[in-house]
Amino acid sequence: MTYFNKVLIANRGEIARRIMRTCKKLGIQTVAVYSDADQEAPFVKEASEAVHIGPSQAKKSYLQVDKVLQAAKETNADAIHPGYGFLSENEGFARRCTEEGITFIGPTPEVISLMGSKIEARKQMEKAGVPVVPGWSGNIETVEEALRIADELTYPLMLKASAGGGGIGMELVRNAEELEKVFSSTKQKADSFFGDGTVFLEKWIENPRHIEVQVACDEHGNAVHLFERECSIQRRNQKIVEESPSPFLDEKVRKDLCETAVRGVCNINYTNVGTMEFIFDEHQNYYFLEMNTRLQVEHPVTEEITGLDLVELQLKIASGEKLGLTQKDIQKSGHSIEVRLYAEDPNTFFPSPGTIQKLDVPTDGVRLDFAVEEGSTVSPFYDPMIGKIIAFDVNRNAVIEKMDNALRGLKVEGITTNLELLEDIVIDEDFKNGNFTTKFVENRAAKQKA
Amino acid sequence: MAEKTPVVSPIPGVFYRRESPDKDVYVNEGDEVKEGDVIGLVEVMKNFHEVTSTESGVVVSFSVENEAIIEAGQKVAIIETK
Repeated sequence: MTYFNKVLIANRGEIARRIMRTCKKLGIQTVAVYSDADQEAPFVKEASEAVHIGPSQAKKSYLQVDKVLQAAKETNADAIHPGYGFLSENEGFARRCTEEGITFIGPTPEVISLMGSKIEARKQMEKAGVPVVPGWSGNIETVEEALRIADELTYPLMLKASAGGGGIGMELVRNAEELEKVFSSTKQKADSFFGDGTVFLEKWIENPRHIEVQVACDEHGNAVHLFERECSIQRRNQKIVEESPSPFLDEKVRKDLCETAVRGVCNINYTNVGTMEFIFDEHQNYYFLEMNTRLQVEHPVTEEITGLDLVELQLKIASGEKLGLTQKDIQKSGHSIEVRLYAEDPNTFFPSPGTIQKLDVPTDGVRLDFAVEEGSTVSPFYDPMIGKIIAFDVNRNAVIEKMDNALRGLKVEGITTNLELLEDIVIDEDFKNGNFTTKFVENRAAKQKA
Repeated sequence: MAEKTPVVSPIPGVFYRRESPDKDVYVNEGDEVKEGDVIGLVEVMKNFHEVTSTESGVVVSFSVENEAIIEAGQKVAIIETK
């Protein structure tokens, strides 16, 4: 069964290689696109064909809609997989693909646009009966209006850019003075960063956990969830360790959360795979945060516990086929953890590009989704993530032990990586006990300093 | 005696002379700077690193263009100190 003849991957690094693996398995030809800096990268060599699309800077290559579409046309690709980041949540790109007669592997441009606006997403989810963070879902124009709304909601609050994401465009305000101080600059920043100065207010949740639900929906009205992922271990609002299932949820809350997520996506007629992100407070109350309308970096932990190939599901759905799975066909077993290896300092998180002189990878039954090989150059132009180590075992304790062994067997020379931090996290008592929030890395560093 | 001191970027990446496309440049050639003043930004792996003047003096010239790709240790500007 081949869903497409040839798929162009509008991305690079580990995710391009990951998508190619599934295409190869299904007998689908692949086209890689690459910039100057990626000429020698493994993903370029592994594709059936490769097209150079421009200079190293992403905005001159990977973000160039016209160049990517031209490459697809030249190579007769019938579909484009956007991966994550870059053009993956770009409504205009999805629309252009459709106009050019090329299938965009993802949801419709309308849905991408709807979920790209945090205010709109909140409104849609409220309508579907999905709990959202208490707050104000309207555009706040003036500081006077903000102060009045804030008084009603009561402090502390988060002032957020509607078009924001990835931890950018948010300000914590604890009182009226702080709100007054940051209101216009946040609005202005939102405008220059995201081209949209719309801001809104949400209650600030102290010590939250970040838990998300993987969903998959076809064009025929079938929608399922593939359980949750626990993603609370973060640095600078970006995830570094993810797992499934979450050690924080009991079966009752899990069922409720996952069914709520499915209700939310059905309400917007979502298609393809996607992720509903929630935050949990200390009392297991959960609130919708945002939706990622694409494949996630951490999707492998879901694949490990369900035995399903998410990229294959994406291709299948995009080709117009039925999901072919009902909720009860999707079972989970065991436990899976993923860690992200970054080319950066383990303490300051400062990036460390360079050439990988030596790369010894563990071989004892872990999955390695890597962007690089020994001898690869990690260029300064893109995300510092160079690979993911994914472990699976019968239960959480067993998988932690397996990950610990795998990390001890990993050696990277030539660049600085966060390996030491990852090693420390998996043997941390609080981590082992499942006792952590999104502040885990920050608090740990503070404790060490004291 | 006037002395010419180069300002180097400790990291590789893309060099910018302004904070964002719609802002003015941090400094112009001929401007006076103090030690620690920001003269440019280097974007490296989605992070921005400020390049600061190591001396107080006058910016004689920039050695690279805005948005140029630079290596670690590359000279980006020259400051003349008195």
